[in-house]
Amino acid sequence: MPVAGNPYQDDRGNKDRSIANPQGAGEIVHRKGGKARPSEAGGAFLIGDAMTGGYGKGPDILHDCTIAVNQGEIAVIVGPNGAGKSTAMKAVFGMLDLRQGSVRLDGQDISDLSPQDRVVQGMGFVPQTNNIFTSMTVEENLEMGAFIRRDDFRETMAQVYDLFPILKEKRRQPAGELSGGQRQQVAVGRALMTKPKVLMLDEPTAGVSPIVMDELFDRIIEVARTGIPILMVEQNARQALEIADKGFVLVQGRNAYSGTGRDLLDDPEVRKSFLGG
Amino acid sequence: MSEPVKNTLLFLVVAVLIAIAGFMQSWNTALLILNMGLVSAIMAIGVNLQWGFAGLFNVGVMGFVALGGLAAVLVSMPPDPDAWRAGGVRVLIGLALGAATIIGAVLVYTRVKKGPLRAVGIVAILVGGFFIFRGVLDPGVDAVESVNPALSGYLGGLGLPVILSWPIGGLLAGGVAWLIGKTALGLRSDYLAIATLGIAEIIIAVLKNEDWLSRGVKNVVGIPRPVPYEIDLQNDPDFVSSAAGWGLDPVEASTLYVKLAYAGLFLVVLLVILWMAQMALKSPWGRMMRAIRDNEVAAEAMGKDVTRRHLQIFVLGSAVCGLAGAMLTTLDGQLTPGTYQPLRFTFLVWVMVIVGGSGNNFGAVLGGFLIWFLWVEVEPIGVYLMETITSGMAEGSALKSHLMGSAAHMRLFTMGLVLLLVLRFSPRGLIPEK
Amino acid sequence: MEFLNAFVALSNYVLIPGIAYGSQLALGALGVTLIYGILRFSNFAHGDTMAFGAMVTILVTWWMQAQGISFGVLPTALLALPFGILGTMVLLVVTDRVVYRFYRQQKAKPVILVIVSLGVMFIMNGIVRFIIGPDDQNFADGARFIISARDFKAWSGLDEGLALRTSQGITVITAVVVVVALFWFLNKTRTGKSMRAYSDNEDLALLSGINPERVVTYTWLIIAALTTVAGVLYGLDKSFKPFTYFQLLLPIFAAAIVGGLGSPLGAIAGGFVIAFSEVTITYAWKKVLGYLMPEGLEPDGLVQLLSTDYKFAVSFVILLIVLLFKPTGLFKGKSV
Repeated sequence: MPVAGNPYQDDRGNKDRSIANPQGAGEIVHRKGGKARPSEAGGAFLIGDAMTGGYGKGPDILHDCTIAVNQGEIAVIVGPNGAGKSTAMKAVFGMLDLRQGSVRLDGQDISDLSPQDRVVQGMGFVPQTNNIFTSMTVEENLEMGAFIRRDDFRETMAQVYDLFPILKEKRRQPAGELSGGQRQQVAVGRALMTKPKVLMLDEPTAGVSPIVMDELFDRIIEVARTGIPILMVEQNARQALEIADKGFVLVQGRNAYSGTGRDLLDDPEVRKSFLGG
Repeated sequence: MSEPVKNTLLFLVVAVLIAIAGFMQSWNTALLILNMGLVSAIMAIGVNLQWGFAGLFNVGVMGFVALGGLAAVLVSMPPDPDAWRAGGVRVLIGLALGAATIIGAVLVYTRVKKGPLRAVGIVAILVGGFFIFRGVLDPGVDAVESVNPALSGYLGGLGLPVILSWPIGGLLAGGVAWLIGKTALGLRSDYLAIATLGIAEIIIAVLKNEDWLSRGVKNVVGIPRPVPYEIDLQNDPDFVSSAAGWGLDPVEASTLYVKLAYAGLFLVVLLVILWMAQMALKSPWGRMMRAIRDNEVAAEAMGKDVTRRHLQIFVLGSAVCGLAGAMLTTLDGQLTPGTYQPLRFTFLVWVMVIVGGSGNNFGAVLGGFLIWFLWVEVEPIGVYLMETITSGMAEGSALKSHLMGSAAHMRLFTMGLVLLLVLRFSPRGLIPEK
Repeated sequence: MEFLNAFVALSNYVLIPGIAYGSQLALGALGVTLIYGILRFSNFAHGDTMAFGAMVTILVTWWMQAQGISFGVLPTALLALPFGILGTMVLLVVTDRVVYRFYRQQKAKPVILVIVSLGVMFIMNGIVRFIIGPDDQNFADGARFIISARDFKAWSGLDEGLALRTSQGITVITAVVVVVALFWFLNKTRTGKSMRAYSDNEDLALLSGINPERVVTYTWLIIAALTTVAGVLYGLDKSFKPFTYFQLLLPIFAAAIVGGLGSPLGAIAGGFVIAFSEVTITYAWKKVLGYLMPEGLEPDGLVQLLSTDYKFAVSFVILLIVLLFKPTGLFKGKSV
């Protein structure tokens, strides 16, 4: 974009690798966030309540959208392509500019916090792509997950290894050399290292084979059984709703249907429109 | 304030600045700034073609400018028949053998299937070719360089009018740019910056060391001029009398006349180049260049050969720099390879382009004049500043003499400061791209 | 005997200078590669930062010499080195706060930062010339040789004398210490790992609670140490002249790219590849061959492949060859 847009981001299409390194560059703008406030509003353990907003000054992508998960639950967000599923999750994580609505976690209003600060508040987030440090070993990935912790995290690491035995086996290998399913395990493991109050997964099964997908879902259920609530965006709506306690069907940034996973699977409307009959 | 008014005002400001130099210092100084500003503006257009319109990062401007300078020598200086007799032909044969070696290696690389045989073949051709090349070339070079080394010691040029060297300088620079671009832009990822940085140093090393070609650090002086000589004007009674009519003494009038003549010539070239650059960019070709710049993936999907387009504009931009280099050497009347320094000939041109406005030819021209004015005038201003600062200090104090002596280095500092300030507060430059 | 003489001559003129120069280039290239990996641009001000660090060290050295402080047989500059590093740290951190940080907040593209570094280069160049002037400065003192040619001849009975200058010895030892310390830091400490994580994946590092500003500050501090050490070692070994430091940019960039930009191990390998190619190709082999060739077959000429003035050409040709065959450099260049 030569004329419009941020002039500092105009590289004139330069692709010169001898002077510029695009690898690993980030997109999240580091901003100083506000503070968390106690909230009386109540509701679920983690709730993105009536969120309306979009990226920067761009148009609104979410319209009065509500996403919530309670302790001990798995909640999934499903919907057609471009429905704003990932956007809704990013909004909960603070990567979107909300114009209306609020995000509350464990009785605190965290709407003004920056994503980094939400991690400190106890949110674990696994992005859809680029969710591991490829050049670092599996163990180093987990260590980086525990970066904000100043206490002894060896116990948590042992728990992660129990959950994902293959990672223990490969702990000295660079994470970039692992297979797709194993990489996702590293990604989830890294997020678990903070001992989060809630885990958010953005399409954890994207691009893996069906067998690996089933295995990943099993692991996610196991994580949920340890007591961590899970909020997850999924492309594979049917499988996801089968393991979900709660489901949110989004269409064009709005809540279309909500209910328990079972209810949604049984709802003829939902089946017809989103689950292929 | 509308765009055209603002831009005209910016150019007026620069004109006034140069006029102030004329009143406060001398009109010779002012005209010299003007002439060098014209040359700088052309260089800036060249770099702007590459960076502004294609995002190519050329940090070897110095090399192309120096090639233009070499062209001025090779075209305009009279040939040295003794040197040619001594070893000219041998040198040419040596060079041809060197070129044949490289072409042979490239042919083997492209024609033979990958494997140990190819690697061995290439190494054998390169090593063998190198020794044959040196074996033929070296005696020829020695012979040429020993012919009257104090005054000549090189092959000389073609003895043609020096103005011819301007387009030829462009061709020479463009040719070398083609070779660089072919290699650096064709690599899997693009390494143009480091390639140009390296080639520029190599070109300067060749000019400094290949005495048979350019007399090296002994410099080539007395390059013929496209304009009259001062001394001839002073001896011309008509000129003296018309100078007197203006109230000028003949010596000053002749120097001004010569500089004005250069300014006229340079202005014509600048206008032609500027017109061509503007026309090219408004043409479908130019629109495609910008389409590639703004979205290479889409352009590639539409079947545009991006590498080819990049190569074209890289060659064109470098040729413009070569042309400016030939003009510069013509203006100086001498080729002094030792004076080619990257800060002055590469990075200063970059400052001109960025400050003027990347992607806008008029911006580049403005930047050329403005930055050159600052480059020249910061030094006297710095000295004046230091005199004011140190006026209270004891005469002969160490600090005072140090500060006075260092004032000259203020110009580098100032250039950096101007670049950073413009980048920060007016990142599109003084005359932004439309 | 002839073989030993040849080997001593080779050590004198190729091996020892090559190792010393290679160490200096490696330290420079490490800095370039770290900035490329973490700040994601090639820093054109690197050579001038080296000059600045060396300049501060030289000024402190002169002051120490004037105070009568000396380091015995070792150059006083080694005592002044920590002050030089400190001065450079202040300069770089201030530069980052005043200049670079704004562009990070804007999420500026790396190539914009390259242009910014051009401006910083001009300014640093101006500062160095303003303070110490553009001329050659000599600041080496202490013993000149660890092994002098005459002592060696007397000891070994060979025709050829081996000379090892103090500056060369110090260069190699210091470089090894610095490199080991750097690798330990990057691979074993929490902060070092966080720098690698940031280089690998900025967003994920942020999500892991790594503070980008801290990573960047640490990077500049390390760069300050690397550039100052490299600049002082080069100055002790050759001489200090601002323009020479600026010109070191090309071999340093070449070393970093040959090794694989972003790879610290590659930077070291690249430094030695470039240094040895330069030294071997521009060395006149007459003496060594004279010892090795049978009687009567000794070469007449200097047997110098290229004149020393073309040493930049050598760096460049090596670079080109490596890139043609391995576009990512010898050690697959990636994030640190």
